[in-house]
Amino acid sequence: MLDFIARRLVAIIPVLAVVAIFVFLMLRLTPGDPAAVIAGDNATSDQIALIRAKLGLDLPIWQQFFIWIGDILRGNFGESFFFKKTVTELIAQRLEPTLALSICTLIVAVTTAVPLGVIAAYRHGSLLDRFVMGFSVLGFSLPSFVIGYCLIYIFAIDLGWLPVQGYTRIGVDFWAFLEHIILPSITLGIIYVALIARITRASVLEVLNEDYIRTARAKGLSNRVVLMRHALRNAAVPILTVIGIGIALLIGGAVVTESVFGLPGLGRLTVEAVLSRDFPTIQAVILMFSVVYVVINLLIDIGYTLFDPRIRY
Amino acid sequence: MEPTTMKRRTFGVLTTGALVAATGATKAADKKTLRFVQNGNLTILDPIWTTAYVTRNHGYFIYDTLFAMDEQNAIKPQMVDKYEVSTDKTLWTFTLRDGLEWHDGKPVTADDCIASVKRWGARDTMGQKLMDFVKEMKPVDAKTFTMQLKEPYGLVLDSLGKPSSNVPFMMPKAVADTDPFKQISSQIGSGPFIYVNAESKPGEKHVYVKNPKYKPRTDAASGLAGGKIVKVDRVEIIEMPDPQQQVNAIIAGEIDLIEQPPHDLLPVLKADKGVTLVNWNPLGQQFVIRFNHVQPPFNNPKVRLAGLYCMRQEDYLKATVGSPEFYKVSSAAFVAGTPNAFDAPNGMLIKPDFEKSKALLKEAGYDGTPVVLMQSTTLPVLTNTAPVTKALLEQGGFKVDMQSMDWQTLVTRRTKKDPPNQGGWNVFHTFSVAADILNPISCTYMAANGDKAWFGWPNDPEMEKLRDSYAKETDPAKAKELAHTVQNRALETAQYGWIGQWYGPGVARKNVTGWLKAPVPVMWNIDKA
Repeated sequence: MLDFIARRLVAIIPVLAVVAIFVFLMLRLTPGDPAAVIAGDNATSDQIALIRAKLGLDLPIWQQFFIWIGDILRGNFGESFFFKKTVTELIAQRLEPTLALSICTLIVAVTTAVPLGVIAAYRHGSLLDRFVMGFSVLGFSLPSFVIGYCLIYIFAIDLGWLPVQGYTRIGVDFWAFLEHIILPSITLGIIYVALIARITRASVLEVLNEDYIRTARAKGLSNRVVLMRHALRNAAVPILTVIGIGIALLIGGAVVTESVFGLPGLGRLTVEAVLSRDFPTIQAVILMFSVVYVVINLLIDIGYTLFDPRIRY
Repeated sequence: MEPTTMKRRTFGVLTTGALVAATGATKAADKKTLRFVQNGNLTILDPIWTTAYVTRNHGYFIYDTLFAMDEQNAIKPQMVDKYEVSTDKTLWTFTLRDGLEWHDGKPVTADDCIASVKRWGARDTMGQKLMDFVKEMKPVDAKTFTMQLKEPYGLVLDSLGKPSSNVPFMMPKAVADTDPFKQISSQIGSGPFIYVNAESKPGEKHVYVKNPKYKPRTDAASGLAGGKIVKVDRVEIIEMPDPQQQVNAIIAGEIDLIEQPPHDLLPVLKADKGVTLVNWNPLGQQFVIRFNHVQPPFNNPKVRLAGLYCMRQEDYLKATVGSPEFYKVSSAAFVAGTPNAFDAPNGMLIKPDFEKSKALLKEAGYDGTPVVLMQSTTLPVLTNTAPVTKALLEQGGFKVDMQSMDWQTLVTRRTKKDPPNQGGWNVFHTFSVAADILNPISCTYMAANGDKAWFGWPNDPEMEKLRDSYAKETDPAKAKELAHTVQNRALETAQYGWIGQWYGPGVARKNVTGWLKAPVPVMWNIDKA
């Protein structure tokens, strides 16, 4: 197992190298000059050229690339073109809201979707099953910003129960943190509830037709024990896979949800950096997301062994 | 107590008592905190390094100015107590008010002001013009300095009291000595607010607290001039890029002020009883159409003139702003309602003459090559200008290739002088805050010094002579005549088009009062009940 983990970790290096080259070239080939954005609307061509030179953007692309790679290898991700802050500082500042949103979304999604999927499978063909499937279709079909604005209108503006926007750090005021994170988590969670509930239903349904389930029932085990100990555990591998994919997809979903609810997280940082062509920030954030993606996949692979003893690395 | 808070408390009771207590405590603690949402994120904190308006606004929080523009657009002393000018009008002497201090407690000195004016003069177009006339600046004593000119210059006070980007803000000498093309790293000023670096998180919020040592002038606040009396303890600039979210937040009472919501959301705000619209910038803004003078076909003055004959301001204003309550049709380049405002002859820019346009194109030998019109799709107020231009130019005999792009791509592409089919361009739109374009020197679009001019690079030595004459003229009546001549020259050569004046009101909660009328949203004088 350790050998497997080591090999997978080493495999991150070429992945990151490819991502780094790709991101760097894509940004340089995309129209848009950070110096022009920095200088503002009233600046002249000469002033923009001077700013470009100060930022090192007048150097040949290959030279800019090697300077950047050299800095990364020394652990320096550079300084944002706009904020007088290092990219590492910026990411650290924005990490908590995204992490909180992702964790809360996963909690909402898994705690809702898995029981719904299991019950739908158990009550196969019933009204409840049809409701879960209908909800899944709706969850897939509705864009998260539509869900977000509807929830804001109902719970924040009309009922006034929860705040419209913003974020309070967990260490500052836990209750205010909860107030601010509930709606974004539900908004982002709905699509994952739909996704995980469908997969859970399908997997459990398949397992429920297996001989060993019939045997378990014949032994006189209760429905709860049959479902939880025998059916769900054997159906867990595809569910785990879809949760893993869901975590990776959360990165994309967070961009929209953070914008709708004004959460100052990495998703919004990415959008702002792309719009202003803040190359060092975009490059670092994408590299970080790549690492997260690879590590999550590794954790999922390791997780398989917990549920299915036949899987060995 | 706000109704929304009561509702939230009700929810709190349903969930947990502690939640109620926490929410209530927070509301009580921030009674005198003003939460303000600007148009755009504040990323750069050096108002000399960039001309971005959000950074200019930040400057007005923490810095002060030697002179400032009042509500009647007159330049008044601000940090300056008194000033004198020699009879030959070449030696200006400025004396600072007593008791001015930087946020770190050190006194503001003449040396600080000289260094600040020099740094600003290296970057700002109006500052550069002033510095062309300055022979030397030197301190006389700790709070007096002189400015020796090479020859009389009519815009000394207008320059030092320039209201909008770049504003000549005063900074400590150690900060102002920073290379003008490098960002400063200190936020020490002498203005009415102090920037709280420890609490400010870019992308989330910026925090300012009242400067307890600030000594406001004794005269009443007026525009950007007069006594800057801070009536709240703290101002938080909340970064909220989505306009719909801004509107939701102010209706819910989570923020107190919005700088300028989009016009399509104003009906929602008007209908809400908890908020009020405030026309804090009575001069408004002006849309501009800019031609590329170095590439065909607009390198031919007749073709540019044909373009101007197609313009109809009302079409632009209806398409972008909508309600006539928020726009004004005016053919004055230097903004209707100001001393340099003159109407253009023959209803130009207001009534199109498509036949005249077609005749001019024929005379110029326009071959029907489509002109590349760049459309910004990410600045809502500009998005609809390009489609209107396309329709108008086509009626006047042009063929138009409208290319859509985000604003950042547009501002990069407009720097390129290449032919349009090699990454260049022919026409684009922008807009300016009216306070930036009140005279032929501050109005960037009037510069016609070729490569050194603003994008489009008009080259007209006659125009430059007129602008120089305006700059040197110290008699206000003659200066006004020259401004008129400059406007006429700009129309004759079709240097650019000013295609409508519009207003974007701000929004305030009803318990917030005292938002001053000025070209910049300033937070002094505002109180919150």
